[in-house]
Amino acid sequence: MVSTETAFAVRVEDLTKTYALGDGAVHALRGVTFDVPLGDYVSIMGPSGSGKSTLLNLLGCLDRPTSGDFYLGDVNVATMSDDQLAEVRSTRLGMVFQSFNLLPALSVVENIELPLYYSGRFRRESRQRCEALAERVGLADRLGHRPNQLSGGQQQRVAIARSLANDPRFILADEPTGNLDSATTNEILELMASLNEEGRTLVMVTHEDEVAEQTRRTLVLRDGRLLSDTRRA
Amino acid sequence: MQWGKTLVLSMKSLLLHPLRSGLTVLGILIGVASVIWLLAIGEGISRASQEQIANLGARNIILRTIKPTGDDFDGSGYGLTRSDYERLVTTIPSIETALPIREIERELRYKTRRLEGRLVGSTPEYPEVLRLKLASGRFLSDIDLAKERNVCVLGAGVAEALFPTGNPLGEAVMVGDEFYRVIGVAQPKAPTAGVGGSFAAEDFSSDVYIPITSFWRRIGDMIVTRKPSLFQRDLVEVSQISLRVADKDLVLATADVVRETVAAHHTMEDYGITVPLELLIQARTTQLMFIIFLGMIAAISLVVGGIGIMNIMLATVTERTREIGIRRALGAKRKDIVAQFLSESVVLSIVGGVLGVLGGVCCPLLTGWARAGMERLFPLQMSSLPELIRDLEPQLVTWSIPLAFAISAVVGVLFGVYPATRAAKLDPIVALRHE
Repeated sequence: MVSTETAFAVRVEDLTKTYALGDGAVHALRGVTFDVPLGDYVSIMGPSGSGKSTLLNLLGCLDRPTSGDFYLGDVNVATMSDDQLAEVRSTRLGMVFQSFNLLPALSVVENIELPLYYSGRFRRESRQRCEALAERVGLADRLGHRPNQLSGGQQQRVAIARSLANDPRFILADEPTGNLDSATTNEILELMASLNEEGRTLVMVTHEDEVAEQTRRTLVLRDGRLLSDTRRA
Repeated sequence: MQWGKTLVLSMKSLLLHPLRSGLTVLGILIGVASVIWLLAIGEGISRASQEQIANLGARNIILRTIKPTGDDFDGSGYGLTRSDYERLVTTIPSIETALPIREIERELRYKTRRLEGRLVGSTPEYPEVLRLKLASGRFLSDIDLAKERNVCVLGAGVAEALFPTGNPLGEAVMVGDEFYRVIGVAQPKAPTAGVGGSFAAEDFSSDVYIPITSFWRRIGDMIVTRKPSLFQRDLVEVSQISLRVADKDLVLATADVVRETVAAHHTMEDYGITVPLELLIQARTTQLMFIIFLGMIAAISLVVGGIGIMNIMLATVTERTREIGIRRALGAKRKDIVAQFLSESVVLSIVGGVLGVLGGVCCPLLTGWARAGMERLFPLQMSSLPELIRDLEPQLVTWSIPLAFAISAVVGVLFGVYPATRAAKLDPIVALRHE
């Protein structure tokens, strides 16, 4: 029998986040609870100021909640130290950003390798694996190019390949199609869907309904609370 | 994260701005090279002056007759006496060798050649104490002294001038109005510099050495000088007494005893005492101060280079805030960021250090060129410079090379730590949003 801890990729319980602002306080998250089962494909939506970005930072292990629990797999990330968070980011998590966030000084394959340096998993044979990842996202002939020699869609493909470098089960995407035209958006969404099909859990923040429709389930946030949780057939 | 990878990455990002990195490296290069250069120049100067002093002999004590000036000088005899010499030799046991010297200016002649030279009456110990080497023949012997023979040993310059082609051994040279038979010729000896008030510079090349007993017998103590507009009589028994002390550790103590012994029998300031070892000790103190002074100048230039590194690294951190955010988001720990920026500043300073060491090692070569160039462009100004500076040969101080290199590495770490920790302290969320 599979234990409940491992049945979920992400489990969030009564998560709150409060920022001090001058004398007062901003309650960005006011108690959010949800589960993401393994292999799910979830989109998070909400207007600006809904707490979407705050939740994204917490899910991305870039920040700690004020209270509540956040399980990534079977570990509680909520109370981890800075270094532990960094380790979780490099080993259990792949991240894709709206603005790609590739390092301009590094080539395509070096960008893909980058997370391996920090997880300590860089080996001699890693280069071949990263080249295979580039091939997987359709950039086998661009390995030595710099990011500024690539189109937006290609850069996002590099970023997706990079998020796979450490072979994480969980991938977090922050408006991955926000800077792309509709044709490229579809390519990227297909790529994301194929990752989900091979069993990876995806959580994607977006404000575009068409994008959200491609996912299996949509969470809507408003004023720091979960407004709705809709699963598509 | 592996160190090798970190280094490669930092090289890559430094090469993104070659001019900027190059100028920063130049700052360190100049600092490191100047440490090596200044120490080499300081060493060159002090070694030259120490060599001059050491030529006098570190175990020697030199007493020299000085013609007194002033009102209480009645024009009669003055200077060191034969009894001074006897007294020193018999009363001070730490004196190994005592060398009386009597010298006057005399015209030297052989057939039609003539030369103004210096006639030196001395003893067989002279070559040993004053480090004179013979080119041919022999030096004066005890028998020469006992029998007051009229034999002589020629200085290199005299032999060259009087016997440009032939062999002087066995020939008779006319000194003043007497003949002396040549029994030996000395090798050229470097002139000593005048050090201390009591000791004039000496050029040994025009010397002629004869037994001091012959000197006393044939020339006597009274020297009369007749020249146009000058008539003077000098009654001097001994011009110089060179003492050699048996043990270097006893030199200073012996010098004190010598001072007291001689002072007790002289009423006038008609002699001077030079102790090369004392001068050597003085020169070492001056050298130390020199090194400290030059070292401080060099240290300042290294600090300036370090500030250059810090400045450029702070600019880099601001410029690369976004990159720091990306790296943190991908799993870089704070210490990874510190390592990355620190390794960049260390790479800058090490590259500057290596180039600086190369530049520093070239110092003697470059000063040689610079001197040749200066002599061609400004011959007058160069010839008016003091000899010590004109003939300066910088001496590389071996320990200055690792020292300068180590300082540059330390500068890289020291001035890299602050920018690196500043980079590491950035909040990844804020850094990621940085435009």
